[in-house]
Amino acid sequence: MMSEVIVVTSGKGGVGKTTTTANLGTGLAAAGHKAVLVDADIGLRNLDVVLGLENRIVYDITNVTDKQIPYRKAIIKDKRYENLFLLPAAQTKDKTAVSPDQMKELCDDLRQEFEYVIIDCPAGIEQGFKNAIAGADRAIVVTTPEVSAVRDADRIIGLLEANELRDPKLIVNRLRYNMVKAGDMMSIDDILDILAVELLGVVPEDEMVVITTNRGETVVQDDKSRSGQAYRNIVRRMNGEQVPLMDLQEGGILKKLRKFMGMK
Amino acid sequence: MLEFISRIFGKDSSPSKNVAKERLRLVLVHDRTDISPQLMQALKTDLIQVISNYMEIDEAALEVSLDSSENQIALVANIPVKGMKRSGKVAPTGA
Repeated sequence: MMSEVIVVTSGKGGVGKTTTTANLGTGLAAAGHKAVLVDADIGLRNLDVVLGLENRIVYDITNVTDKQIPYRKAIIKDKRYENLFLLPAAQTKDKTAVSPDQMKELCDDLRQEFEYVIIDCPAGIEQGFKNAIAGADRAIVVTTPEVSAVRDADRIIGLLEANELRDPKLIVNRLRYNMVKAGDMMSIDDILDILAVELLGVVPEDEMVVITTNRGETVVQDDKSRSGQAYRNIVRRMNGEQVPLMDLQEGGILKKLRKFMGMK
Repeated sequence: MLEFISRIFGKDSSPSKNVAKERLRLVLVHDRTDISPQLMQALKTDLIQVISNYMEIDEAALEVSLDSSENQIALVANIPVKGMKRSGKVAPTGA
């Protein structure tokens, strides 16, 4: 089976790594790919609440890497999507509870069973980062159009390449089209100019992300939302499809009406 | 429109994203090299010392930074000269 281990990373915190991991995982599962999401953010467990699976945790990743139980026992199956699984992080331990070698072994076990192994990397460039990338085949770097996030993304891209993870793909999250248009937010081209990496997708700022996350759902399953559409496009690109960037213009009523009437 | 108005009144000469991009570009030139701020400071101190042998310079306003264009890194020094040393005598170079 063709299987891929992908780490979702960013350097800076709060740019949307966990949300991205949850949405890509759900999107891949909904598209029929067996996917396991691994929360490598030990001590700051969050992927479980974002996915709405927080009440079902019995074991965590450290129980598996410490060889107390087989991974199958720790993995939680999402009842809403038959192809979606979660391996939660430990909440009461710290980043040193797992070593890069253990992580590598875990990833190699998981790739026997799953088509996609997606690792949610902690913020920072210390031990947690090193663990999270240890077993990965490729990397997705998430950034937002802010100087701090782009600077950290650049640092992360350098570190990934130093660790033989070449050609990371970029997701620009929380883009605000109106601000870009007014010249008050860096555009996709500005960011790509600076970072010189391949773009995997652009996710517009969208309050539906907050609303769905409140409910323990992922926005990728919301047909009407723009961010959901953006995530679905990314999922298709991950599967090798050529999907053009969506129109990021925030649609007013007039524009929607014109679109509806086929006037574009 | 708002942007246009504020430009007429001369408030913002450049959209803020251009400022962001330029600042980011320069900070990344430093980030991507292994040159520490201490090393830059040492270089600055040495530059002052050497140039002071020949001319009076405004040490406080001296700026030394890295810049890049098309994959080349340049060392850019902006050194305001207060006055030339009139003696015409070249100070001994120590060596």
